[in-house]
Amino acid sequence: MTTREITYLEAVREAMSQEMRENEDVFILGEDIGVYGGAFGVTRGMIEEFGPERVRNTPISEAAIAGAAVGSALTGMRPILELQFSDFITIAMDQIVNQAAKTRYMFGGKGKVPMVLRTPAGSGTGAAAQHSQSLEAWMAHIPGLKVVQPSTAYDAKGLLKAAMDDDNPVIFYEHKLLYKTSSNVPEESYKIELGKADIKREGTDVTIVATAIMVHKALEAAEVLEKDGISAEVIDPRTIVPLDKETIIESVKKTGKLIVVHEAVKRGGIGGEIVGVIAESEAFDYLDAPIIRLGGKEVPIPYNPNLEKAAIPQVPDIIAAVKKTVRK
Amino acid sequence: MLKNLEIPSMITEKKLKDLYKEMWTIRYFDEKVDQFFAKGMIHGTTHLCVGQEASASGSIAVIGGKDKIVSTHRGHGHCISKEGDINKMMAELFGRETGYCKGKGGSMHIADVEKGNLGANGIVGGGIPLAVGAALTSKMKNENYVVLCFFGDGATNEGSFHESLNLAAIWNLPVIFICENNQYGMSGSVKEMTKIEHIATRSEGYGIPGKIVDGLDMFEIMNTVHEAVEHARGGNGPTLIEMKTYRWKGHSKSDAKKYRTREEENEWRAKDGIKRFKDALIDAEVLTEEEAKQLQEEAKTSIEEAVEFAANSPEPSIERLEEDVFA
Ligand SMILES: Cc1ncc(C[n+]2csc(CCOP(=O)(O)OP(=O)(O)O)c2C)c(N)n1
Ligand SMILES: [Mg+2]
Repeated sequence: MTTREITYLEAVREAMSQEMRENEDVFILGEDIGVYGGAFGVTRGMIEEFGPERVRNTPISEAAIAGAAVGSALTGMRPILELQFSDFITIAMDQIVNQAAKTRYMFGGKGKVPMVLRTPAGSGTGAAAQHSQSLEAWMAHIPGLKVVQPSTAYDAKGLLKAAMDDDNPVIFYEHKLLYKTSSNVPEESYKIELGKADIKREGTDVTIVATAIMVHKALEAAEVLEKDGISAEVIDPRTIVPLDKETIIESVKKTGKLIVVHEAVKRGGIGGEIVGVIAESEAFDYLDAPIIRLGGKEVPIPYNPNLEKAAIPQVPDIIAAVKKTVRK
Repeated sequence: MLKNLEIPSMITEKKLKDLYKEMWTIRYFDEKVDQFFAKGMIHGTTHLCVGQEASASGSIAVIGGKDKIVSTHRGHGHCISKEGDINKMMAELFGRETGYCKGKGGSMHIADVEKGNLGANGIVGGGIPLAVGAALTSKMKNENYVVLCFFGDGATNEGSFHESLNLAAIWNLPVIFICENNQYGMSGSVKEMTKIEHIATRSEGYGIPGKIVDGLDMFEIMNTVHEAVEHARGGNGPTLIEMKTYRWKGHSKSDAKKYRTREEENEWRAKDGIKRFKDALIDAEVLTEEEAKQLQEEAKTSIEEAVEFAANSPEPSIERLEEDVFA
């Protein structure tokens, strides 16, 4: 496979464009995704290639466009809905939670909703409380939805392909601060199976399970820790539904120590679920120290840049947590 | 009637001069903010109302201190018109402790609850139901205030707009829905995103009056809003007023403006609401050229002072992070 370095943003666009060239049923809808190219520029150039029938620029009507995605998916299309900011899922919630997630089950296994809802999440851009949230745990709580959080360009492309191929509603979270990061990505289309974690760095002393942007912070922390003689293993679940429990359990059995870190508010965050998985598994017996969860403070994301940084875990917080755990 | 100007009776000669200065204050404020963003001196995002000053100033001119407003993401003008403090506004944009939101909100969340400004809003259409609730309080507690609810053309495609108009209509609430139709959402034009010629006609579906005004004509704005306010105070319920206007700048900070032509921009710029107001005031001998220049100069200086205030204000300390989550 020929690879080259492209950005996360380009990887997402390439995955969509390749799929749209292959499959007439795939189309994208969303606000300002036409000539504007989307709020973050992900769809730039797509309307020029695919035209306004398949790159549908919509009114500002999140409930209706989410529902239109669900309804068209139920009847044979394979829509990709770009929701401009993940915070706006609140307005689309009925269609996603009460309709998309439940239709097949309620209908006794009839019908399917093959749609992808792509949406930018996370803080760090100074957009404040209503444009910076990480609400993935809400989605993970709903049976019938799959939830994906790629952390690299390579993962983004392969996971999006899998999401588009999936016959179920998939919520695909793109982290705004990752859009400009790049990695080596194959030119051709490829798939990364949903539900397969990736060990981003192998280690023996402590397991750090991190999601989305926290994967990068955990890797940075691991570099620093290595200089102090601590070998950290960094696991990126990549998809929180389905969750690759096995990879996490195996790692904890090896290291005996676990740190879980995500940007979303710690209370009620997916970290609690991951810790619960370990507590209920055979890995529990291998633990040498209490588990530490790191997550956002219990506050809306503030505007001031210093406060904004302080609201979520940073590299020094991860290092401190590891040191506390390893010392035990 | 003041020197042949047809205006609501509470609008004095002094008020007209104040309004002229206020419009320049709004314009200079947003032009300054635009420069700061262009230089990367301010974090986050902002939505500028340069070109749209009249719909804020003219509407808010005809309500009183007890009355309330609900603003939008493009809210600097509304805040200034509702007696907002530009020092606190600029400090907020700088993320400082002395800002309206102690540096926690930024441009999209500036609010001045004491002055009756229930806040800008980061959610398109998010403020409309709140305005209905504020009007409900007025009615239930016999407070006799009215609420001016501002929103854009794009917001009228949200369910919240439709649900709110119906609710306010059946409960006869004292709320005036003001659609600042600047022709575009972020990029979607009204022409593409609706099948109607005038957004005001949506009022018909809810059984309330709908009015279309030239959103760059201060006199038409003041008269129409005044009439709707009287209607609401008389217990007759809401009105939907559409103000045709135009934003001169890009949607947020700047953008490539690929969704519109430079010719169209120039046509609208030529209809400048501030200039028209000035010409009318000079015609009516309310202002002289000299005074007009002076007021404009004062507005400019006030912005320089606001920048100075903001730049010299402290950053919020980290201890503030976890404050104010609950009352
Ligand atoms: C619910 C929601 N959807 C989308 C957005 C992103 N957004 C912010 S402003 C805007 C355009 C709003 O258009 P309009 O209501 O006409 O107001 P204008 O910006 O023109 O003043 C969009 C799409 C948002 N903030 N909230
Ligand atoms: Mg608009």
